Amino acid sequence: MEDMLFYDRMQFAFTITFHYLFPQLTMGLSLIIVYFKWKFLKSKLEIYNDAAKFWMKIFALNFAMGVVTGIPMEFQFGTNWAKFSELTGGIIGQTLAMEGMFSFFLESSFLGLFLFGEKLLGHKLHFVTGFLVFLGSWASGFLIIATHSWMQHPVGYEILENGKFVLNNFGALFSNPWLWPSYLHNQAASLVTASFVVAAIGAFYVLNNKHFEFGKLFVKTGVVFGLISSIVVAFPTGDLAAKNVVKYQPVTFAAMEGIFETEDGGSEIVLIGQPNMIDKTLDNKIAVPNILSFLTYQKWDAEIKGLNEFDEAIYPTNIPGLYYAYHIMVGLGTIFIGLMLLAVVQLFRKKLYKTKWILWALLFMLPFPYIANTMGWYTAELGRQPWLVYNLLRTSAGASPTVSAGNTLFTLLGFIGLYLLLGLLFLMLVGKIINKGPETLKH
Amino acid sequence: MELFWYIVLMTMLAVYIILDGYDFGAGIIHLFFAKTEKDKKAITNAIGPFWDANEVWLIAAGGVLFFAFPTLYASSFSGFYLPLIMILWLLIFRAIGLELRGQIHNKMWEAVWDKAFGIASLLLALFFGIALGNVVRGVNLGMVTNGVSAHEAHYFFLPLWNPTFSPQAEHLGIIDWFTLLLGIIGVVALTIHGANWIIFKTNSSLNNQLRKVVFNLNVVLSVLIIVSLLVWHIIEPNPFHNFLKHPWLFVFPLIFFLGHLGLFRIKTFTKDSYGFLFSSLFLFGGLASTVVSIFPKLLPSTNTINPDLTIYNMAAHEYGLSVGVYWFVVAIILVAVYFTIQYKVFKGKMDDVGYGEH
Repeated sequence: MEDMLFYDRMQFAFTITFHYLFPQLTMGLSLIIVYFKWKFLKSKLEIYNDAAKFWMKIFALNFAMGVVTGIPMEFQFGTNWAKFSELTGGIIGQTLAMEGMFSFFLESSFLGLFLFGEKLLGHKLHFVTGFLVFLGSWASGFLIIATHSWMQHPVGYEILENGKFVLNNFGALFSNPWLWPSYLHNQAASLVTASFVVAAIGAFYVLNNKHFEFGKLFVKTGVVFGLISSIVVAFPTGDLAAKNVVKYQPVTFAAMEGIFETEDGGSEIVLIGQPNMIDKTLDNKIAVPNILSFLTYQKWDAEIKGLNEFDEAIYPTNIPGLYYAYHIMVGLGTIFIGLMLLAVVQLFRKKLYKTKWILWALLFMLPFPYIANTMGWYTAELGRQPWLVYNLLRTSAGASPTVSAGNTLFTLLGFIGLYLLLGLLFLMLVGKIINKGPETLKH
Repeated sequence: MELFWYIVLMTMLAVYIILDGYDFGAGIIHLFFAKTEKDKKAITNAIGPFWDANEVWLIAAGGVLFFAFPTLYASSFSGFYLPLIMILWLLIFRAIGLELRGQIHNKMWEAVWDKAFGIASLLLALFFGIALGNVVRGVNLGMVTNGVSAHEAHYFFLPLWNPTFSPQAEHLGIIDWFTLLLGIIGVVALTIHGANWIIFKTNSSLNNQLRKVVFNLNVVLSVLIIVSLLVWHIIEPNPFHNFLKHPWLFVFPLIFFLGHLGLFRIKTFTKDSYGFLFSSLFLFGGLASTVVSIFPKLLPSTNTINPDLTIYNMAAHEYGLSVGVYWFVVAIILVAVYFTIQYKVFKGKMDDVGYGEH
């Protein structure tokens, strides 16, 4: 039983982590492509259209990866989490079915037209198809986060005698206080990934002295979108999302921040330190006094409950993992704002393309928004443990009762092998597109 | 309400099989009959712009199943664990076979992805046929041994096969001689369907050969159908029970035979779309007849201890099902609009689409 639950969780964690590498780029990138196409319609400068076309190639590849790795996600609710599906399907089935009906049909129908239909449709209609693809992918994100939000903060339900959750208020699913901050936080974070990728490829071209004009355009677009989105991720969206955690999952908040004991006179903010679960303390701690109380309640001496105030039975299952995920996300987010701010300042001083070290930094930053996004999701998911539906249904009660550990390990290993292959193919092909560059891809 | 969602779900699954079915069939044709680069291009052009949207019907149907019949979704997805995960892997191979082939112009690269696409399509057609066989045959719900349930009444788990390959064993496997027979019918039927789609959507030099293939496979299909009808009573002693109660339901078997017999005239059809029309009728009629014959069962129980899973004991709560109708009607209208646009833009022959050329 223990093994089975472990493999079920590993399989979901592995497949969702791999899957989300792709949508986090395509959601943000679709907006940037629509922007390029719009700039082209306004200015009639060919370079914008060529830029849009170049990024469409990368988008298409990422999108295909997102689709093929996405279907296993929907299936796994039933295959590996049958009990959870049975008990909550009447509610989360709503939002998941809506995702299929509203966004997947929209995306898949217009993606083909967007990729192959420029000549057939003319530029204006082509822009419209691009916009519809953007709309579909953001709608998909919305419905997934609506599902996620219900698990974090269940609303609009009642529980029947047989333990089943049934919906009694459809509207509540969408006015869930957890939903909007999380959704905007996630979408802004997706735009951070897309901006950094666009800026990094641009920096690569500029530093390499290849496709120079495109390189400059990509760096410029990337850093402007990057600065705005990096700020929005932190404030107001990240701030609001964290306040939801304080309000609805205080024990999770204590674990995220690494607060083992309630502090009199206000809580410090921990920058670095390693959770020591034996002594219930942080080793090698570097912290700034009272900041956390201020950030949370705008009062220097506000009390924040430490882990000591809660029953261990409701502690997040993996406190160090949760703590690290959260700190890595916040740490990287802070670095993103700093780097993008410097880049934008240099852009306005018209020195950005000569400031080599910023360009190198932008290039090497490429993997980090992916890490930050992933850690953000780990914070949310580890933070919800040991629950599937917060405070109501434990993860251990949600797995499929008849699927044995051996079968789950078999499919987990299969997924690992298959995704390794997919990842290699993806890197090879995306490398080929980047190496060819926008100029050769024009026609 | 249950009946409404049952009809919606079954219709979506039928649409999925008709649409993605021609993709699988085209993949099988690609594997066995496409010899030249030109033939292969014709086939991938004919399905390239569509397969992704077609696959969405599976995902959307899965979503509707999850939402309207959550208990069935939980029970069947965990019970058919291995074949479902394998279908996922095959769908991935089918997709990357199609999408990656044109990315690099190299004989070895193309050969690998051609085979991946073809073999995945073949196995998918086989698996979906076997799946239908499992639904008709039923499963050992609650995993009863010697009259005692080992699990809750609606849960089960099936290995891929048991050593006897018998559909009447106490502990069944996914693959037995009955489900395998339906799997082979699935392969033959979808190969015909895919060939018809290629004839419909291309001017390929293969088309004349494919007409012969359709005719010959249709003969094979007749034999298989007769065999399956002869053995059907072993699995389901009383398959006409619903039809006799509501004679209008005979319209489905009628559609099935109309589609099947019509295909024997493939060589004389005056329009290239007729073959596809008839194989669509065949698939629709066959699927509808099968699910109607076991209605209101969704998954029969092979033991006498635990009851069948039906649309009534599997459905979600009333409020959720009712509120779902509102958004579903809006969504399905939008879907109809998207499909009209898509098929208008890509109407007629597709030989020059240039799918997969980068």
